[in-house]
Amino acid sequence: MTNSTTRRFADSLREQALEPFSGVAARIAHVATAETRHERKLCKNLEDAIRASGLKDGMTISFHHGFREGDKTINMVVAKLAEMGFRDLTLAPSSLLSCNTPLIEHIRAGVIRRIYTSGMRGKLAEAISHGLMDEPVHIHSHGGRVHLMDRGELQVDVAFLGVSTADAFGNANAVSGLSRCGSLGYAMVDAARAKTVVLLAETLVPYPNAPASIRQDQVDLVVQVDQIGDPTKISVGAVRMTSNPRELLISRFAADVIEHSGYFEDGFSLQTGSGASATAVTRFLETRMVKKGIKAGFALGGITGSIVDLHQKGLIAKLYDTQSFDAQAAESLRVNPGHYEISTNTYANPTSKGAFSDWVNVVILSALEIDLDFNVNVITGSDGVMRGASGGHSDVAAGANLPIVVAPLIRSRIPMVVEHVTTVVTPGETIGVLVTDHGIAVNPNRPDLAARLKEAGLPVFAIEELYQRSLALTGTPQPIKFLDKLVGVIRYRDGSVVDVVRQVPE
Amino acid sequence: MKIVREALAGTLESSDLMVRIAPRDAGLEIVLQSEVIHQFGAQIEAVARETLEKLGIDAAQVIIEDKGALDCVIRARLQTVVRRAADEWTADWSVLA
Amino acid sequence: MKLRRSMLFLPGANAAMLSTAFVFKPDSIMFDLEDAVSLREKDAARILVFHALQMPIYRESGMETVVRINPLSSPFGMEDLEAVVRAGVDVVRLPKTDTAEDVHQLEAEVERIERACGREVGSTKLMAAIESASGVVNAVSIAMASKRLIGIALAAFDYVMDMQTQRGDGSELYYARCAVLHAARYAKIDAFDAVFSDVNDDAGFLKEVDLIKRLGFNGKSLINPRQIELLHNAFAPTDEEVDYSRRVVAAALDGEKQGLGVISLNGKMIDAPIIEHARVVLRRAAASGTRK
Repeated sequence: MTNSTTRRFADSLREQALEPFSGVAARIAHVATAETRHERKLCKNLEDAIRASGLKDGMTISFHHGFREGDKTINMVVAKLAEMGFRDLTLAPSSLLSCNTPLIEHIRAGVIRRIYTSGMRGKLAEAISHGLMDEPVHIHSHGGRVHLMDRGELQVDVAFLGVSTADAFGNANAVSGLSRCGSLGYAMVDAARAKTVVLLAETLVPYPNAPASIRQDQVDLVVQVDQIGDPTKISVGAVRMTSNPRELLISRFAADVIEHSGYFEDGFSLQTGSGASATAVTRFLETRMVKKGIKAGFALGGITGSIVDLHQKGLIAKLYDTQSFDAQAAESLRVNPGHYEISTNTYANPTSKGAFSDWVNVVILSALEIDLDFNVNVITGSDGVMRGASGGHSDVAAGANLPIVVAPLIRSRIPMVVEHVTTVVTPGETIGVLVTDHGIAVNPNRPDLAARLKEAGLPVFAIEELYQRSLALTGTPQPIKFLDKLVGVIRYRDGSVVDVVRQVPE
Repeated sequence: MKIVREALAGTLESSDLMVRIAPRDAGLEIVLQSEVIHQFGAQIEAVARETLEKLGIDAAQVIIEDKGALDCVIRARLQTVVRRAADEWTADWSVLA
Repeated sequence: MKLRRSMLFLPGANAAMLSTAFVFKPDSIMFDLEDAVSLREKDAARILVFHALQMPIYRESGMETVVRINPLSSPFGMEDLEAVVRAGVDVVRLPKTDTAEDVHQLEAEVERIERACGREVGSTKLMAAIESASGVVNAVSIAMASKRLIGIALAAFDYVMDMQTQRGDGSELYYARCAVLHAARYAKIDAFDAVFSDVNDDAGFLKEVDLIKRLGFNGKSLINPRQIELLHNAFAPTDEEVDYSRRVVAAALDGEKQGLGVISLNGKMIDAPIIEHARVVLRRAAASGTRK
């Protein structure tokens, strides 16, 4: 088309404030050539990507923690931001772990001013508990994080998302390439919501990359980096298979509880999480499922190799995976057609249009402490220092028919059942059963369940009895001292504040 | 009984404690490190003092590195270390109970 | 009569195990001062076990407490005995019992200590571990040596060395198992089989449990808490056995009421051993349910 064509109607458009056509690339510059069309998102290096992202002081940046203790992306990007002189940023990763110790210096230097995270561990958590930050850290659940984004409190300006493979247009996954963490369930949320999405890709592959956990229409910039994470460290720490007889005893009790709970029937669904006892429960469940001819409809959440085993044996029909907890799970996501990747929005956001957490029957949960009202603490240790993560704990506890908390009654000398938890993360009314090595306690709001478990001959006690039993062994602990200053705010999955964490003295 | 030599008892495994004892001219000096010091520090020290007093030990330097041991384990380790460091072991079992 | 299917070994110097092992609920829990404790930790283990025995949770749990002391001929045995009898142990296990005289000597010392500390004379029970050719040959006189004996146990490690062989498919223990078992039954006390040491071989363990159960042993020494549940389940009667035993006991009670000399069930005569066996079955079922 030529200017002579538009001249014919140009006059009649003036009053309507519409612009006449002035060439195919006049307003969409990248369509000019094949090169600009295809490679417009590619950045030379991280620094260029950060510049191109439009990031400014005071903005909010986000990350996923799919590599858990093996993550290399968060520390790398924040170090680069510090070097480039950014300040007063809000850091909003899906979670932080012991590997994020280097962030301490960037917080001290003012690069990071606020933090939203599911949890924290190690030296960073200790430093924050001792008052490192001026503003308290917001601790959210996995589902609650998405809710905070959707309701506008947590608006991510730039998401830096590590992926093992991407094409130049931003189709990306973490089931191919070298450093594979499997599901990108956390990152999918940020890709769909952040104003600017920057992919840090370990390997660039020819277009189009498939499967596309993160899609080309969500991605602004792509930059190739050396390594996004070390997948061998995903299952270090929180996730391990146990040969500890006490943990095995707890797992066996938990399997007994499931078997006799009334929910153990064909098509039931489960989430086992990543705790040592939780992982071992699957082993004990397997024999019971085979013997009774029961198959599960689906397993949810963090998926472990032991869950994959049951899937491959045909005992669990489908796996919905928001975090692959080990290499076996990541590989299964790649090869097994019944193993699906889901975002944390689909997993557990209470205000999404549909979360799996509302449909799960049986959930195994961990605890640092549980109190006589069944409130659970998974954040602060008995010394008041933060050392855990909210994760999906309160999300699935609220949705499941049978939330089971498993933990040893005493850890060295520290009682796990307490009068009042140091920090409430999950409200007790959503917890069904507590399973310890000393016996089982059922929430008084579930008398039906208590009756069924007693009928089956399981060692059921009042939670007060377990409490007294542990005190008889350990003695009564002295209350921990806290200063007034807030170091953490515990956000329930609906955004409300369910508890606060105060600074601990040196 | 009198502490006449240095001795060591216990381990650094979880739920145990390592106790070091050394002679001292007068008075009991107890140095306590514990994983559970915030919740049980006072209790551990009280148990240690009581155990040493019952054995008649009033002069010694005692260094305790506790890994969350129960009281009865703390008593046992202290009695063991005294037995190893004392000039002569005269305690009757009824004193140890 | 007490059920003694599982006897869990705990190394006497291990504070963590002593502080937690009650959760596994074996029928008997055995603190070891002998082979599981190194020479330089004998004093420490003795004092630790002395305190563990007095923990209320062991007293209240209904578990029988057993301590394997060092041989009285060793520099440690007598002091071990002083400590554990005073601490209120239920049963003293004597290792390396070669003759009845070993038991007599132990019994005399136990009685002396009981009198000295004010413990009821005779309240400390004994068991003897047979670990040599001499012990096996003398099994009957050992089993008959004291009223305090609640059982005799075969300990295989030293025994196979004494026999100049090694552990294998079980045939190397066949004579010893039968000899110990016959001696125990003759003396009307319990018989315990040796440990199965490969804790990762559940199938091998269960095979051995099946064998010793069929031979007639009351139970077995265990070195890993994981083996307790496997053992209890293997010893648990089936639903059918429980059902039959209930009917046997009911028929016996019925017959007793009616003063019948001969009792029959479904046309078959049931005599005293059958009734006694039925009672054992019901007791095992009451302890850990029926077989899963």
